Amino acid sequence: MRHRSRAIDLWDRFGLLTIVLVSWLVFALFADGFTSDFNIFSVGRAVAVSVVIGLAQMVVIATGGMNISVGAIGGVSAMFTGWLLEGVGVPVPIAILGGIGMGAALGAINGIVIVRTGINSFIITLGTASVFSGLMYVVTKVQAFRNLPPDFIDLGQTRWLGVSPLVWAMVLTCAFLWFLYRGTTLGRQMLATGANPRTARLSGVPVNRIIAVTHMLSGALAGLAGVMLLLRIGSAIPTIGGDWVLPSFAAPAVGGTLLSGGVVSVVGTFIGGLLLATIGNGLTLLNVPNFWVELTTGLVLLLAVLLDRARTLAVLRSRTGVQQPAAAPAAAKVEM
Amino acid sequence: MNRPVRNFIRAESFPLLVVVVLAGAGLAVLRPEFTKEFNLYVLLFDISGSMLVAFSQMMVIATGGMSLAVGATGGLSAVLAAGLMVSYGVPVEVAVVVGLLAGIAMGFANGFLTVKTGINPFIITLATSAAYEGTNFGITSSNPYYDLPTQFTDFGQARTSLFPHPLLISILVAVALGFVLYRTVIGRSILAVGGNARAAEMAGIHVGRTIVIAHVISGFLAALGGLMLMARLGNGSPTIGSQWLLPSFATVLIGGALLAGGKVSITGAILGCALLALIANGLVIFRADPYWVTFLEGALILAAVGLNQLRSTSTRQSIRPRPQAQPMPATK
Repeated sequence: MRHRSRAIDLWDRFGLLTIVLVSWLVFALFADGFTSDFNIFSVGRAVAVSVVIGLAQMVVIATGGMNISVGAIGGVSAMFTGWLLEGVGVPVPIAILGGIGMGAALGAINGIVIVRTGINSFIITLGTASVFSGLMYVVTKVQAFRNLPPDFIDLGQTRWLGVSPLVWAMVLTCAFLWFLYRGTTLGRQMLATGANPRTARLSGVPVNRIIAVTHMLSGALAGLAGVMLLLRIGSAIPTIGGDWVLPSFAAPAVGGTLLSGGVVSVVGTFIGGLLLATIGNGLTLLNVPNFWVELTTGLVLLLAVLLDRARTLAVLRSRTGVQQPAAAPAAAKVEM
Repeated sequence: MNRPVRNFIRAESFPLLVVVVLAGAGLAVLRPEFTKEFNLYVLLFDISGSMLVAFSQMMVIATGGMSLAVGATGGLSAVLAAGLMVSYGVPVEVAVVVGLLAGIAMGFANGFLTVKTGINPFIITLATSAAYEGTNFGITSSNPYYDLPTQFTDFGQARTSLFPHPLLISILVAVALGFVLYRTVIGRSILAVGGNARAAEMAGIHVGRTIVIAHVISGFLAALGGLMLMARLGNGSPTIGSQWLLPSFATVLIGGALLAGGKVSITGAILGCALLALIANGLVIFRADPYWVTFLEGALILAAVGLNQLRSTSTRQSIRPRPQAQPMPATK
């Protein structure tokens, strides 16, 4: 973790939370039904999915890479779970684990190809994304699974201790990742790899294995997000995951995870996902057409990275007195 | 063998040319309907459109960057021009110029933000692409503009036997880009920046300005591609460009460009477009599941970057051979 000054740290923690609270206030005042019990329940499920999508991207960003195939993996996992339930008829818990396992397997393929070839993760996962979804389209003939068993559907509609099981799944995932980065060697090695792979390697971190494991974790999380979305909408349709790339980057970027790697914020990604899902829901309730949500998400992402950049410069300046970072043009190159 | 022939065979794009010719010949032999005039016309039109998309991506890749906004730029430019023509009765020429200018402006925004912030172009263009696409859908409310002026659509659909007239534009653009990249200061600068930004800067090249110019050219080409596709389709559909991302990378990388920048191939990119178009066309002719296209595009990207990687590794090893382990002197 980098040293950061207190003011910036405070802004990181509470600045974003303030923005979320303000947006809630605005929507509560102007959007009818925003505070209704039903809407809060439904926003909760949307937030849960959007946070897990963000986490799937965050773990890869932390090692300095990226995963364009989160959506493809989520889609394949959701369809696989749908097939397990409807086509094979396995019990619900096994189908859910099957979906997550499928995600982990696809993520492992990404990781192994990236490590073996040494090619940057952007182009590999861009390629595997269309390989994964292309195969899924061919195998499923783009037919949805719409007759999922009632106990699976119920799981998406029910409440445990007042909130959706999806929210519990999201909370558990956040807690798991928070512990991974705070309390385990594996997590620290992931951050070390992201901060500086050369130094990490020289310090004895098995960089390649870490990168492969990270992609597997990202795949498992994407698979989980796919299954969660399946629970939320109640049928396995092949377009699941088609629009995940933008929000997957937006949630961690808004939450302060540095895109250059090495710095991660699980809580920030949670708040980022919360913000994005809130904005999406609020705009829908205000009868704003759906496509403005995409525009807003894009602008939020842009604003987040600009703020992030300004903050990094401020930190650099306060620490070293350097007015400009040494290699600004070189930094504009793709470094992954 | 005389020299031009030898050079031709040794050219980097030659194996790709062989693959394309073999694929075309194979289709022609197996399926007679492949050689029907209309099918060849459709094939050539697809190639001429995807060439512009490929060049748009290629100019940014040349600087070592990338643009996820190529499709969104093409789509928004086309829809803006369509809106002007249909809703405001603006003359076709003016609307087309405005569309192209919009593309240039969007490219400039991408380049400017990338250079000024020093943020990875991936994330900048991911964000701007969402902004452009959102604006596009906002303007059109997801409904295409029908009833484009016939003056405009006639050009898009014009052909002389199997040659679509828009192909002329793409060929002109290819020649112009070849001239710019290999014969002008700005073109050399673009490749130099992609090869090694620091070295280029030391050599007195204005790195930031060069990157912005590459993005501007990219935006212009994306807009041109969007307008061309719209003229052929006959309506200003907001989904123009939404499927360009993958092919834009696939064609350029199959053509032998390095994602790290500094090396691109115009001939290679054209052959890459031809290969993808042949694959799509072949799948249609064989009545195969069209979803194989998605799979094959991804697989081709992986194959292309894998081959590039092998080639650059073997080049590096041949330039700087690995130190051989010294045989142990016999001391006994």
